[in-house]
Amino acid sequence: MIFLELFWPAILAAMVVGAAAPAIGTFVVQKRLSLIGDGIGHIAFAGVAVGLWLGVSPFAAALVAAIAGALGIDRLRRRAPEEADMALALFFYGAIATAVFVASISGSYNVNLFGFLFGQVLTVSPGELLAMAGLAAALLLTVLLLYRGLFAIAIDEEAALVAGVPVGALNVLLMLLAAATIGIGMQVVGILLVAALMVLPVGVARNLVRSFQASISVASATGAASAGVGLVIASIANSAPSGTIVLVAATAFVLSDLFRRGRLARARRVVREAS
Amino acid sequence: MSTPVVELRDVSFSYESGPVLSDINLTIGSQDYVVLLGANGAGKSTLVKVALGLLEPGAGRALLFGRPARDARARERVGYVPQRAAISGRVPATVLEVVLAQRAGRRLVGPFLRSEREMSMRALQRVGLEDLAGRRIGDLSGGQQQRALIARALVSEPGLLVLDEPTAGVDRESQVHFAGVLRELHTQGVAVVIVAHDLGAVGNDLTRVLALHQGHIDEVPPAEAREQVGLFVEDHPH
Repeated sequence: MIFLELFWPAILAAMVVGAAAPAIGTFVVQKRLSLIGDGIGHIAFAGVAVGLWLGVSPFAAALVAAIAGALGIDRLRRRAPEEADMALALFFYGAIATAVFVASISGSYNVNLFGFLFGQVLTVSPGELLAMAGLAAALLLTVLLLYRGLFAIAIDEEAALVAGVPVGALNVLLMLLAAATIGIGMQVVGILLVAALMVLPVGVARNLVRSFQASISVASATGAASAGVGLVIASIANSAPSGTIVLVAATAFVLSDLFRRGRLARARRVVREAS
Repeated sequence: MSTPVVELRDVSFSYESGPVLSDINLTIGSQDYVVLLGANGAGKSTLVKVALGLLEPGAGRALLFGRPARDARARERVGYVPQRAAISGRVPATVLEVVLAQRAGRRLVGPFLRSEREMSMRALQRVGLEDLAGRRIGDLSGGQQQRALIARALVSEPGLLVLDEPTAGVDRESQVHFAGVLRELHTQGVAVVIVAHDLGAVGNDLTRVLALHQGHIDEVPPAEAREQVGLFVEDHPH
């Protein structure tokens, strides 16, 4: 109870991020871009280092870097898809190297930087919680408003193009939403693990439900629950909140996969017995 | 009277590896039922993408229903079933959702409407899949998935239906069912263009056979094509 009284902003922030990240992640995963979040995270890390160096808000710098990086990644993927793999690797590792270089010459290669890498959810203030909640609400509202187009490009880009959907613009928007998600999630679980919250709850939903619309709700609920449960476990086990939250989400994924396999095996047994 | 739905005028297209289409002139009318044949890599899919405005020709013009094909409004009356492998069983989308997705271009903001759900159900009825509307698309057989994709192409009530390798990996029984669906659509006034390696189960319904070879198109009389190709043509009562 003392934990709840002391750290309610942390718990709420974790649950807000836990709910918002998979809502965006559902579209990202369907487009087979699961690792994009990881890549944008690398670029956001470079933004943090530059922000600390310049003495400006590292969060704002990370958000700007993440958005610029997301747009760059999208451009690379479209301009030269056959070379995208190598180009993206260059992008990601270049960003990490930039972060380490800038941090080392600016003297910020310290605990502060590691806070961004691994999250610092317990330090979230009520004001920061409000900002995170506002941004998360904007993300979810955008998804809700543009669900038709985002769903169409996630299922089949080519067919969407023929149907008159502005595929290019929606792809850019999706990358921006992913970048913003990384931005609001990094204080909760850190740059290294924020992408996990965009992907693992989506995997849980894909194992449990049939429809895309339901998968967004289930993924968001799983993300929020993983964040809440993870924080409580972290407080009891005295473990790092970010890793604990992601481990809870990973456990949920494994359990959902076992459930799916069990259901499949039962269905096959019924078919065998009937024939 | 048949009016032009697809017009290619002096169209050429090249990839970095070399030219694929050379100076193509082709008109497809509203009453046509066409198969475009060609070997792997002959450029069939490229030709279709240029005709539908998904690729810009290096030279020449592509028109759809009299408008430039790159104009999104020109594609409003087109139903397209792209070339694909079977949809992954892990795609979390129902058959109805996949069909509904094709309505997204008509209105970008807001949820799917009840009227659009009804239209999608009608499209599923036309291909005999209304009972499977709530199933996950990946749980359907290859033939059923292909019919679902045709329903998706039909949901906007197109005047032109283009199918790229629609029966690849589909069993013979499903091919025959699929041919029946297309025959009915053509009878109802939909121009049909199929890209394929052979005439398959639709051989007896065709009005035109086009062969793409080394960047050029040859027109082959359907009867002659059936004899020349010598591949499976399913008998069916007309």
